[in-house]
Amino acid sequence: MDPRRYSRVIDPKVRQVGFCPRSGQVQNQSGPTGPSTSPPVSHISPSSNSLSPVMIPPPRHPSDAASRAVNVPATATTPLRPRRPSFDDPNNNSSSTEQLVVSSYNPDESVLGTSPPFSGIGDDRDGDAESEFSDNSVNWIRQNDSGRFPLSLAPDGRFDSAAAKEKQSKKPQVGSRKERGGGQTAEVRNDLPSESKPLKEKTSKAERRALQEAQRAVKAAAKAGGNKSKAASLSAHEQTNKAAKLPLQRKDDGPVTSSAAVSERRGGERPPEKDRKKDAPAPRMQFDDKNRVEKAKKRSVVKQTEARNRVELFRHLPQYEHGTQLPDLESKFFQLDPMHPSIYKVGLQYLAGDIRGGNARCVAMLQAFSEAIKDYSTPPEKTLTRDLTAKVNNFVSFLIECRPLSISMGNAIRFLKSRIAKLPITLSEAEAKSSLCSDIERFINEKIVIAEKVIVEHAVTKIQDGDVLLTYGSSAVVEMVILHAHKLGKQFRVVIVDSRPRFEGQALLRKLVKIGVSCTYTHINAVSYIMREVTRVFLGAASVFSNGTVYSRVGTACVAMVAHAFHVPVLVCCEAYKFHERVLLDSICSNELGDPDAISKVPGRMDINSLHDGTNKENLQLLNLMYDATPPDYISMIVTEYGMIPTTSVPVIVREYGREHLLI
Amino acid sequence: MDFQVVVLAGGFSKTLVPLVSKEVPKALLPVANRPVLSYVLELLEQNNLKDLIVVVESESAALLIGGWISSAYVDRLHVEVAAVPEEIGTAGALRAIDHHLTASDILVVSGDLVCDVPPGVVAATHRRHDAVVTAMLCSNPVSGSTESGSSGVKDKAKKRYNIIGLDPTKQFLLHVAAGVEVEKDVRVQKSILRAVGQMDIRADLMDAHMYAFKRSVLQEVLNQKEAFQSLRRDVLPYLVRSQLRSELLLNGVQSEENGNDKDASQNPKIVLSQLLANASTPSFHELHALGPNGFSLSPRKTHKCCVYIASNSNYCVRLNTIQAFSDINRDVIGDASHLSGYSFSAQNNIIDPSAVLGSKTTVGPQCMLGEGSQMGDKCSVKKSVIGRHCRIGSNVKIVNSIVMNHVTIGDGCSIQGSVVCSNVQLLERVVLKDCQVGAGFVVTAGSEHKGESLAKKEK
Repeated sequence: MDPRRYSRVIDPKVRQVGFCPRSGQVQNQSGPTGPSTSPPVSHISPSSNSLSPVMIPPPRHPSDAASRAVNVPATATTPLRPRRPSFDDPNNNSSSTEQLVVSSYNPDESVLGTSPPFSGIGDDRDGDAESEFSDNSVNWIRQNDSGRFPLSLAPDGRFDSAAAKEKQSKKPQVGSRKERGGGQTAEVRNDLPSESKPLKEKTSKAERRALQEAQRAVKAAAKAGGNKSKAASLSAHEQTNKAAKLPLQRKDDGPVTSSAAVSERRGGERPPEKDRKKDAPAPRMQFDDKNRVEKAKKRSVVKQTEARNRVELFRHLPQYEHGTQLPDLESKFFQLDPMHPSIYKVGLQYLAGDIRGGNARCVAMLQAFSEAIKDYSTPPEKTLTRDLTAKVNNFVSFLIECRPLSISMGNAIRFLKSRIAKLPITLSEAEAKSSLCSDIERFINEKIVIAEKVIVEHAVTKIQDGDVLLTYGSSAVVEMVILHAHKLGKQFRVVIVDSRPRFEGQALLRKLVKIGVSCTYTHINAVSYIMREVTRVFLGAASVFSNGTVYSRVGTACVAMVAHAFHVPVLVCCEAYKFHERVLLDSICSNELGDPDAISKVPGRMDINSLHDGTNKENLQLLNLMYDATPPDYISMIVTEYGMIPTTSVPVIVREYGREHLLI
Repeated sequence: MDFQVVVLAGGFSKTLVPLVSKEVPKALLPVANRPVLSYVLELLEQNNLKDLIVVVESESAALLIGGWISSAYVDRLHVEVAAVPEEIGTAGALRAIDHHLTASDILVVSGDLVCDVPPGVVAATHRRHDAVVTAMLCSNPVSGSTESGSSGVKDKAKKRYNIIGLDPTKQFLLHVAAGVEVEKDVRVQKSILRAVGQMDIRADLMDAHMYAFKRSVLQEVLNQKEAFQSLRRDVLPYLVRSQLRSELLLNGVQSEENGNDKDASQNPKIVLSQLLANASTPSFHELHALGPNGFSLSPRKTHKCCVYIASNSNYCVRLNTIQAFSDINRDVIGDASHLSGYSFSAQNNIIDPSAVLGSKTTVGPQCMLGEGSQMGDKCSVKKSVIGRHCRIGSNVKIVNSIVMNHVTIGDGCSIQGSVVCSNVQLLERVVLKDCQVGAGFVVTAGSEHKGESLAKKEK
């Protein structure tokens, strides 16, 4: 087998999780493995079952993409076949032949797919093929590429191309038609685009290029040859034209039906494509792109003066002159009509730094939304669902201007929007509003308040008498864990590691000292020293990504790494609503920049504050990162409300419970 | 934004006699030939606050002001003019219009404020901290310019100092002692000092009389403290004083009133509020509320009194003295010219096209000449405002003065640092220095006055 295929299949993320909830889904996702690993599963694959037998279905029948594929050739084969070679050979051999080769095994597929009286293996194969088509284009091509090899290497050895031809003749109806059509090539051409939309794009691109080249050649020929060769070139032109027309035609009728069919087929098992698109994270604004930044500025409510001396590597992140935004936003207080006061207040508090911490920000935002929804009334001639969604979008963009959203807030917003979208149209406005408010309340309650309690219950079991716990900064959940453990009468000591510029740990320290927990307070530069005596590290997180990366207050990665080096278990406490399906590899791509002055100023040390005067120097750039990414290797365990899981299980939670955000 | 604006326009202020008269209440005193109230109204209009309640003391003033507003702002603002009895005080005025107040927060602006600080900042600060009251402070105006140095001796004597105590972040008001109390000792509450740990005491700040109040609190205070007359002298200090010990006042009623609004939001969701409180940097209020060990069962009731301190680049002055009146007139034509709303000529002055100037008459920079005014020959005007339809003879010198409308000035007069009200007649060769001439007064020919207040014997 093709090595590439191996690597794809034994992707650690898929393998290590090893979670196969619904056969159909797995079948669809990991296409080609189906036949070789689990034939019985593919037997019940719905896609193969749903295929109607031989007859040619009405063209727009959704469930039958494969038979549709057979339908198309009937119209297109004959004109196409003779032209093709003349088109391919002189112009662009490589690309078009590649298509040919790639798809050379497809006719079998389509044929097999439509013919029911078949061996078990055949069935497997066609189920397999179905699933392949539903994959995205890149995979598709790759699979196809490699698919050729398994074809010839298949256990029976029947599936090489020769065998396939043999098969065709065996088949009563479809086969005969195909043979009349003559070559595989023609059929191949035709069912390619109709079967899978993404591939069609690929083909047409190649063809477009071919066409272009042909035209160029024709022009050159016309110039060179003059009148003599005009006739010839004309004919050539005609040929290319016709060849070009064909894909165009196909473009017209093919994708419509096929995409409908594809999405329909998917519909049963996964959310329809539209939803998936919505779920996909919107491309984030890259702030080193000047044009877009300018545009965004025009739209923005909050005055944003870009900081001048930004660190090169982090240019793509928003960084504004601190201290200019707040007064400006304040002065506009009465000029922002559409903004609800509660949203405005929360935005101000974000901007001023009054509210910090993932949970608090999220709760504050949700409460503000709930207030705004309570005061909302649908304008005449508008529907609540749409108008409210637009309103919420407005609010969100305002909040983003005040401070970039955290992942947890993004999840919460997604939840709210989906609730709005799913409101039954029959509900009256008052009912809809109250249902939304109760949804928000429930989200806060279940995903944050109760989740924290459960996490505390879980995490407390890991604290034993005589333990020395280390925590970094001030995490609300970790604080609750420690308080709870203390309440249970466990005997332990806490090391609080803190760092400039915020010294968040001091608040935690104050609380713990007050209730009588014995504490050690140190700064992060002493962490390697203090780690010797530590037995457990408890950390909070702003977010956990599906590759297990923990995104948290800057410095967390350092602590986790040191703990790992000292073989101290690192437990990250994080509510599951902060999980995100995105993969984060470094802390550069997505991060937040704080006020650079915060690190250049040292409170109470006038003698070394000279640096602060130099902030406008051209060659001085201050970097105050807010977050960092802790690689999964350094984390022993993530404590969520669903239990204590290894970092590798994050995608499971995201997949299994992620949708639940939308459903509660 | 759920704010209601109340403009306290005052009535016939005693301190501004002889400038104010039966015809001209304080709010209509001209500043650069526009009533002073228009500055506030326009500031509010710029900030999209178009529903206003203007409270005026005494019916007759209300009639005048209402008439002016309806003619000037007929289609721009929605103004409700409410007349309240005289000598009722600012708190009393608010008490009188109690039933009009419905929004969750009330912005109270004094009608004599000339400033360019958007009221939004006060409102935003108020909302951000969820405060009970937010006051705007600005730096004390530099009263008396370099040129009119010796103006008004009495003004200097009773120059107001406010002693204001702020927390280190300059966000919360810890202590207020206004005007009269200043000569006495400054008494600072120990409990507040203990809770905050550090207090900045400032004497260079002035209360600009722009407040944002929480309506429920304001109404309760006004209803329960019948004796309170002034917002600045009574209500604000009371709220500041009681901010930490609302419940320690064992009078029951009072302990309720201040905590009420905070309490309502705290009780139902203790967990959530704790969660929120944990994340934000707690102000001393919260720390204090939690008690000495951080976990008291019944959190003490506190409320926040915030301040917004206008930056020095903003212009912010109250027209509450005669000195301030001439200062403001000077500044609006001069330094703070963006407030006047006029466009200045190349010579940095405003001369109405209908004004007639005699030959060899010079109008210097930072001057204003109203419409229809006539000036004779060889006059010189410097840093002065001259109103509409004035008739000024020849050889007249006007420096640093304000001449209102319909004033007749005879030949050879010299006016310096003075305020000449409407319909005054100055006969020939009058010399005025640092004088105020009340409306309709006739100054006899050849007289010289210095530092006097001239007015008709009323009644």
